[in-house]
Amino acid sequence: MSSRIKANIQDIGHRVIESIWRLGHASRFFILVLLKSGTCLRRFSLVMRELYYTGVLSLIIIVVSGLFVGMVLGLQGYETLQKYGSESAVGTLVALSLVRELGPVVSALLFASRAGSAITAEIGLMKATEQLAAMGMMAVDPIARVVAPRFWAGVISMPLLAAIFSVMGVFGGYLVTVVFIGVDAGSFWSQMQSAVDFRFDIINGFIKSCFFGVAVATIAVYEGYNAPPTAEGVSGATTRTVVTSALVILGVDFILTAFMFRGVS
Amino acid sequence: MTTSNLTPLGSMQSENLIEISDLNFSYDSRSILKGINMTMPRGKVVAIMGGSGSGKTTLLRLISGAIQPSSGYVKVADQVIHELDRDALFLMRRKMGMLFQFGALFTDLSVFDNVAFQMREHTNLPEPMIRDLVLLKLHAVGLRGAHNLMPAELSGGMARRVALARSIALDPMLIMYDEPFTGLDPISLSVIGSLIRRLTDALGMTSIVVTHDVQESLKIVDYVYFIADGVIAAQGTPKEVSASSAPFVHQFVHAEEDGPVPFHYPAQAYKKDLNLEGDLV
Repeated sequence: MSSRIKANIQDIGHRVIESIWRLGHASRFFILVLLKSGTCLRRFSLVMRELYYTGVLSLIIIVVSGLFVGMVLGLQGYETLQKYGSESAVGTLVALSLVRELGPVVSALLFASRAGSAITAEIGLMKATEQLAAMGMMAVDPIARVVAPRFWAGVISMPLLAAIFSVMGVFGGYLVTVVFIGVDAGSFWSQMQSAVDFRFDIINGFIKSCFFGVAVATIAVYEGYNAPPTAEGVSGATTRTVVTSALVILGVDFILTAFMFRGVS
Repeated sequence: MTTSNLTPLGSMQSENLIEISDLNFSYDSRSILKGINMTMPRGKVVAIMGGSGSGKTTLLRLISGAIQPSSGYVKVADQVIHELDRDALFLMRRKMGMLFQFGALFTDLSVFDNVAFQMREHTNLPEPMIRDLVLLKLHAVGLRGAHNLMPAELSGGMARRVALARSIALDPMLIMYDEPFTGLDPISLSVIGSLIRRLTDALGMTSIVVTHDVQESLKIVDYVYFIADGVIAAQGTPKEVSASSAPFVHQFVHAEEDGPVPFHYPAQAYKKDLNLEGDLV
């Protein structure tokens, strides 16, 4: 019995040490990517190409999801607010929910699933098929040539996708509440205009999505570059990218919200 | 295992491009290479043969500086590889080419862009000149007409030829081939073999071919090193190794099932494993 407890404690200790080691390793990798970003920032066409794959190809899922999330928010908000005769405030509810929280968080979760997993799988497969080793043999640094452009594409596209998500969400809320239900368009927009603050809401939402972009892009390239070069290794790395990104996004969101919106009415 | 040293390569050398001296490499506590000494003259095709897991690919990785030796050294063009810093190593690698086992073509780039990759990364050549050079290299491997294809559209043999064109893109002084004949049909195999010989002669390069395809490689190489259990078990010219009666060389060249390289992996007594000792009724 005592040996089983001891084994369990050892197992927990082993997992904690392993997690700390991975965190340290990922941090070093992040710094390495930053240091080797000169090439891709000078040859920006490398980043542009990746922006297409990570950003443009994620547009469909972001636009459609944003629209439906906004529509659901509008519907639920209207059902609750109309009980108190405040249905004109539904625009405020939709906009603040999206700009402060749902826009950055949901779009980051979708981005991790759509683009993060693709980045991990691509880099992992390049490693498994010796493409990264071949690049190194040609005196071209794979971190500078393959990893850094994908990292920066993720960092740049994430805030833009979050903004598009929020815009589509507001439009979805407008469609449901104003066009379909018949809430007054003037009060919908004017209440939203007066309640949404550029500094506190829009900029803070933008900062959040920048943090999420850095986190998801770092996790995606790290997992891909360090994936064991086997089919099982690459699939495991892809799964870890999605799961770790989701946990990090939600954790970082709580911390950022606590700093940004505490005491703001 | 009997070590057979036939004609030493030193006697046929003019100037050595590669010198390997007392090279040892261990992975964790497992010794992979033990005291390897080799020389490879400029302009020659040298084969390194041995069974799977004998340390052949490790030797290539040591020559290219991908890993560091435990002791001893590899000298390429009079420079000790493991003493070079990162920039000097990358400078050296510009003069080396490597053909990976399955080509390792960049799957997101076309055949043309794969061959042009190093030219665009390391030179400031204008695009029209790069185009001419790429078509020249592809013509040398017979695939000029395939320059617009993507790697996924190529057969195994074609992919290997494109990889060969890519590895000679900057006219290197040394090309390393890691199992170039694996998984090829007889025609592709013969084409790759003759290309290795022809390109080496035409470009004045040195080629190292790591392989266990005895018959094909003996047709094209100038000298053969056999590695077994991390040591050089035998060496000689193709004619010598074909006629050799040394047990290891004979077993390897004639593909015999049993010999110095045993058929069975070391194990305890067969009867003991099957519990057939002592308590039989």
